[in-house]
Amino acid sequence: MDLRNTWDKWPDANGRFGEFGGRYVAETLMPLILDLEKEYRAAQKDPEFQAQMDDLWKHYVGRPSPLYFAERLTDHFGGAKIYFKRDELNHTGAHKINNCLGQVLLAMRMGKKRIIAETGAGQHGVATATVCARFGLQCVVFMGATDVERQKPNVFRMRLLGAEIVPVESGTGTLKDAMNEALRDWVTNVDDTFYCIGTAAGPHPYPELVRDFQSIIGREAKEQMLEREGRLPDAVMACIGGGSNAIGLFHPFVEDEGVRLIGVEASGHGVETGMHAAALNGGKPGILHGNRTYLLQDDDGQIIDAHSISAGLDYPGIGPEHAFLRDSGRAEYLTCTDDEALEAFQLCTRLEGIIPALEPSHALARIGEVAKEMGPDQIIIMNLCGRGDKDIFSVAGHLGIDM
Amino acid sequence: MPVSRISAAFDKARSDGRSALVSYVMAGDPDLETSYQVLNALVDNGADVIELGAPFTDPMADGPSIQRAGQRSLKAGTTLKDVLALAKRFRETNQTTPLILMGYANPVHLMGYETFAGAASDAGIDGTIIVDLPPEEDMPLREAYAPYELAVIRLATPTTHEARMKTVADGASGFLYYVSVTGVTGAKKPVASDIAPGVQSAQRISGLPVCVGFGIKTGEQAREMAAISDGVVVGSAFVDIISEMEQGKSREEIVESVARLTRELSSGLNRNGGVA
Ligand SMILES: Cc1ncc(COP(=O)(O)O)c(C=O)c1O
Repeated sequence: MDLRNTWDKWPDANGRFGEFGGRYVAETLMPLILDLEKEYRAAQKDPEFQAQMDDLWKHYVGRPSPLYFAERLTDHFGGAKIYFKRDELNHTGAHKINNCLGQVLLAMRMGKKRIIAETGAGQHGVATATVCARFGLQCVVFMGATDVERQKPNVFRMRLLGAEIVPVESGTGTLKDAMNEALRDWVTNVDDTFYCIGTAAGPHPYPELVRDFQSIIGREAKEQMLEREGRLPDAVMACIGGGSNAIGLFHPFVEDEGVRLIGVEASGHGVETGMHAAALNGGKPGILHGNRTYLLQDDDGQIIDAHSISAGLDYPGIGPEHAFLRDSGRAEYLTCTDDEALEAFQLCTRLEGIIPALEPSHALARIGEVAKEMGPDQIIIMNLCGRGDKDIFSVAGHLGIDM
Repeated sequence: MPVSRISAAFDKARSDGRSALVSYVMAGDPDLETSYQVLNALVDNGADVIELGAPFTDPMADGPSIQRAGQRSLKAGTTLKDVLALAKRFRETNQTTPLILMGYANPVHLMGYETFAGAASDAGIDGTIIVDLPPEEDMPLREAYAPYELAVIRLATPTTHEARMKTVADGASGFLYYVSVTGVTGAKKPVASDIAPGVQSAQRISGLPVCVGFGIKTGEQAREMAAISDGVVVGSAFVDIISEMEQGKSREEIVESVARLTRELSSGLNRNGGVA
């Protein structure tokens, strides 16, 4: 199958990216996601909606985020020039708010007054709570009980913002269980509730609309790179949880076949140990949370818990568009262990004076090898999609430092 | 003739002047032998149709009772193949009661729709309810089932408006499962007058028997729902009884309690009064 020049055409009318994606939800939710799709199509054609987004992105989030030449890291590795797309400078400290704004504006168009969200690291929860506070909407955040424990600062932040936090004890009390519980809440409160999904996964149209809202990252990066270097980068890199920051950076480059798209999955203690979160590198196609994609699962089709030092990457699946980009060969997906991410976290902090979140530290950990392989006349853009303030406690713990 | 086993069961209930009792239990909760005895207690005491739950780690449509039942079953090591083996064992002594496998898409998808269809048919399964395969996504399943006449049983819900009911009915077989509340299993209590129009629309548009389920736990509620439907599904109430084995109740006590509840529910389903 020749997919060239069709990268941009997905998903199809059934919400599929090749054989991935789709709408695998209980009947109760089908009318809701069909409505959402209709509303999204209307919003896409509405200049008012776009204008409102642009205004909030500029004045509330602080976009465009800078494209920064990481000179000392570039020198350190001695290969391709490394640029950071500084999405960690956004309001609330990560890329998550790009998407929350879009979804909450959609919710308001639909007359929904109650917003629910799932969160792992708490970044999406904080971003959702923030936008809800801004617009005076009720916000309920589902968070695995395990994550509530390990992400205390974000839990407090969400409460300050007026959100209700529901610790999820079912299953294993992590991100996937939080998502199950959010879906259960949604089927229970269909009339007034909007589910604001935090990554480019879930049933159609979520993977598409999350990608579109996050694509502001790649569009800006492309323009900034053309301005700065007069040409496109040779590679773009990002870490992968569910894949929203990565698809946001990749998508505007997907038709530029000279630009390598490189995702980095969290391999925890190592893919071979089974304690990891690398769905593409260590999973199989399956159906979960509304879409067909690569999943960590056993021989009976039961979902296996993910493991990563980074709560934001600790998810056993991946957005369907990445599954498609991988299988069709357009994008490559590398892995990074917990220990490698910790090293990279420290290196970036020391050399660039930027404390990255543990999530993008995974992409940072692979950037040296990629840069060396590419040579000094080439350029990489990496999405520095979150800042590390939220992680300092757990990093201290891992380094054996008593704060 | 699997589909006809389903229609025969509804025909018989109708000719007896009652609504069918459809009972749900989780296969392998807490072990397969208990499930086997429970299945027999259900049919011996008046259940007309059996829904056999297949466990899944991430049951997004289920409330706490059935979630925990699934976890107990998985903890005991139950696989999809084990669920089919349980069905087969049940079929050795029962050729009439329809067996419907109810679960989630991923285990079936991983086994492969065709392999699963062959194995399910061989095990004496009559149809399936795969919660997260809505009409938009169940074509591969329908194709795989075609050679076997396995029923593709679909869900209709209070959010399924009239136009969408056609989509739900088109390609459905066996019966329709009308989810009586917006919510997960075992949570809210349904109100018959709220759902009667939806059930009638489902009956009229599909021409299939329509069963009502989610949240029905007592004989009283079952009687109320029986008045407006072709069948009443009870799940969490059985699952709750079985869960008491965790607190030390014996298998015999559990099986006896299941039998008692089945009789209570069954006696409530007579449409022409009898029990009023
Ligand atoms: C800073 C940061 N980066 C990345 C992720 C992973 O999500 P995604 O792959 O959707 O970008 C998270 C999730 O919480 C995050 O907080």
